[in-house]
Amino acid sequence: MTRKVVTLIALVAVAGLFLVLLRLGTPNELGTVSRHYVERGIAENRAANLVTSVVVNYRGLDTLGEVTVLFLSVTGAAFVLRRRERKPVDARASRASEIVQTGARLLVAPIMLFGVYIFVHGHLTPGGGFQGGAVVASGVLLLLLADRERELPHGLMAWLESLSGFAFIVAGLAGLWVAGSFLANRGVLPLGEWNRLLSAGIIPVIYTLIGLKVGSELAALLDVMMRGEAVAAGHGAARSGGGRRGGRTRGGKNRKKGGRR
Amino acid sequence: MNAGTLYLGAGFALVLTGLACALLRRNLLRMVLGFSIVDTGVHLIIASIGTLTGRTAPIIDDPALLSDATTLAVDATAVVDPIPQALVLTAIVIGVGVTALMLTYIVRLHDRAGTLDVRELRDLKW
Amino acid sequence: MIWLDALVCLLMIVVAVTATAVKNLVSAVIMVGVVSLLVSYLFLRMGAPDVAMTEAAIGAALTTVIFLIALRRTGEDR
Repeated sequence: MTRKVVTLIALVAVAGLFLVLLRLGTPNELGTVSRHYVERGIAENRAANLVTSVVVNYRGLDTLGEVTVLFLSVTGAAFVLRRRERKPVDARASRASEIVQTGARLLVAPIMLFGVYIFVHGHLTPGGGFQGGAVVASGVLLLLLADRERELPHGLMAWLESLSGFAFIVAGLAGLWVAGSFLANRGVLPLGEWNRLLSAGIIPVIYTLIGLKVGSELAALLDVMMRGEAVAAGHGAARSGGGRRGGRTRGGKNRKKGGRR
Repeated sequence: MNAGTLYLGAGFALVLTGLACALLRRNLLRMVLGFSIVDTGVHLIIASIGTLTGRTAPIIDDPALLSDATTLAVDATAVVDPIPQALVLTAIVIGVGVTALMLTYIVRLHDRAGTLDVRELRDLKW
Repeated sequence: MIWLDALVCLLMIVVAVTATAVKNLVSAVIMVGVVSLLVSYLFLRMGAPDVAMTEAAIGAALTTVIFLIALRRTGEDR
């Protein structure tokens, strides 16, 4: 009963917030800060995509924090689901058919190339490090779906991840050294000509680093979540004696209440 | 009714739906699903605040959008606000990280306790 | 074109409400993915192609996949 009342109060509060926002109305002109970013953005950064300009340069510190949050959440997930010793799982159950595997191997390279294209062109076209990283991770997901037993190059991924994070900070410090503010763009690399691939100073460099970092982090996240599955399946039967239920035993629905710890 | 108000209303409808789901359901996975809907709704709300009808995306790949070609100044009345878009970009990526963390904890909890029903998880209740 | 946006908004809310009510969890997860995809169309309409791409790649695809893996591992997918 109290549950429903509390829910109702929360919903009414959110609806009230909506009415307040509705009364305030949506703006029909850019604010002062946005106006500066729009009017002076090209002149200051030479990045055709103003959103990229805001994400990587004007609010670059935000993005550094965001990458850190993603890193921490992936680390947390890997810690919670850390891998135990592995048991060989039935190869036929964990592997898709020959056609699917070959198709996956064929498709992975173009998918990853497309991801790289997205983050390298982040300052010219819609897209950037996060979108490209997600596309790269979806290529890795395809590999994992075709063959559960596939070992990803964990060493390479870890190196890529930490090296790109480190290089992001080095690029920021270079701005501090040259222009006097963290992640400053002016003076670190030549700004180049507007609307060209090699332009916008360090923005494409940083977005490429973000793309590599996000791609390897999301791929590691998918790997951790799917990998543990095979382990849980192999261990479920062995563990169920000690009050622990295997994740995939059949009678999951009609458990007795007394079964929990 | 202008388009911004429509998106704002739709975003709030999503937030209300997701909040009701997160508060009323007793299956942990359904609660996280509700949070995911709230997340999407909040993205829609933030992005709708920067919407200005009849303007183009803030990607200046056309010299026609420049008000002065020599100083590379851009016509501020031609494009929408880039700041809410940058914020939503950040929020989406953080959202997936938070969702993944919640889900891994749920998986771990299920491994230990064998149930996802919040009424049966009483380890810290007395 | 605003009527099309209104239609998409309506469809999105209907799918979201159905997702909270439907019994099968896999259907619910897929429906939340559909909501994300429709929202990404709305982002495109409000002049935010960057956000639309992110929402489609991360919100609609990756989140759905992570949910499905979690469903499999907890055995709630049937």
